[in-house]
Amino acid sequence: MSPLATLFEAALFASSRPLTVEELRTLEPTAGEGAVHAALAELRDAFAAADHGVELVEIAQGWQFLTRREYAEAIERAQFALRPRRLSPAALETLAIIAYRQPVGRSEVDEIRGVDSGAVIDKLAERGLVEVVTRGEGLGRPLLYGTTPQFLEILGLKDLDELPRLEELSVALRPPAPAEPE
Amino acid sequence: MSGPASPVVQDRSGFVVELEQFSGPLDLLLHLIHEDELDITDLPIAKIADQFLAVINELGLNQAADYLEMAARLLRIKAQMLLPRRLGDDEWEDPRAELVRRLLEYQQIRELVEWLGQAAARRAEQLGRGFRPEPPAAPPAPLVIELNDLLAAAERVIALIPEPVLHRVVPRPLDVEGATAKLQALLAERAEFGWLDVVGARPTLIDVLSVFIALLELAKRGSLSVHQAGAFTPIQIRRESPRDAV
Repeated sequence: MSPLATLFEAALFASSRPLTVEELRTLEPTAGEGAVHAALAELRDAFAAADHGVELVEIAQGWQFLTRREYAEAIERAQFALRPRRLSPAALETLAIIAYRQPVGRSEVDEIRGVDSGAVIDKLAERGLVEVVTRGEGLGRPLLYGTTPQFLEILGLKDLDELPRLEELSVALRPPAPAEPE
Repeated sequence: MSGPASPVVQDRSGFVVELEQFSGPLDLLLHLIHEDELDITDLPIAKIADQFLAVINELGLNQAADYLEMAARLLRIKAQMLLPRRLGDDEWEDPRAELVRRLLEYQQIRELVEWLGQAAARRAEQLGRGFRPEPPAAPPAPLVIELNDLLAAAERVIALIPEPVLHRVVPRPLDVEGATAKLQALLAERAEFGWLDVVGARPTLIDVLSVFIALLELAKRGSLSVHQAGAFTPIQIRRESPRDAV
């Protein structure tokens, strides 16, 4: 492996969260962006080619070493690590709305869900999955929320573009035999 | 509002819905629509309104403002649908349009929830570094304490307990035998004497009781008889010839 790839390997090993390309570049400021991407690809392929228990994954606008899926159960059974808590349907609904409508205010989330969502949003903010990104126009200049890199991380997404597009989704998951509007 | 329950709901024997299952009134509405395979874009609003009301009655959801608001909305749309409209009225707007738009929007959200849930579950199969399990709840640490401290603490606690109101029981044996002997001595001496001759001028409570019991006992045996002129008058004691003394 190239020296740059092994340097990244060390840094990524030491980190418990995804490191962005910008962060990795600070390790070797003279390296160009192309060289950084090449080194990361080299590192990922090296781990994929040899038999390893971990793999280098592109996630949340960065890169991270993660254990291979097939070992999740054994690791959890031995209680070395726990899977993160599952999100409730209410939390997922709220996340979905914020992800697709961001920046979005509470009243709009309430309106779409048909129930008061203040407490759910507060909890999501506490877990670092959403945050106040700006303030809206209009009465009281309401706080507007958006998703965080942490949101991408818990879903295993590289970026928001990986979310399904609404048109695709409603076709793919359409409930049985809904009549087409005229 | 609270007319007879819709026959549609009555027909479904054993139809049970749990509140926790639904994240709100839109979720419940979608459930009812899918259950009956209704056309969401041409909603039979009277039917769905009745079902919605019946279900929230059954569930005891009457407190939940969000569900009540939806119920009111459904009833308003139902009423609007009943209003006659003029033929060729291009201005007429389907009163269901807003609800249908919201339901479609919400349905899309539910589909996204499905997708997000699966993505999160898949992500959870991979663990990053430094992912530590939540520590189990630690048992309470053993107390480190000196015996004297413990005793002092116990005393402080005991001192705070209010004095209990209890009757103190003191052994005060009655001297019935002594009183009997005294009475017999007096009987041998005199044929008749007064109460005060037996107990003395300043008797204690014990003396009074002892003499009284002895007196009754001797009266029972027939050694003496007890007389009193009236209530609260002095008691007179007379010697009786022992009858069939065994």
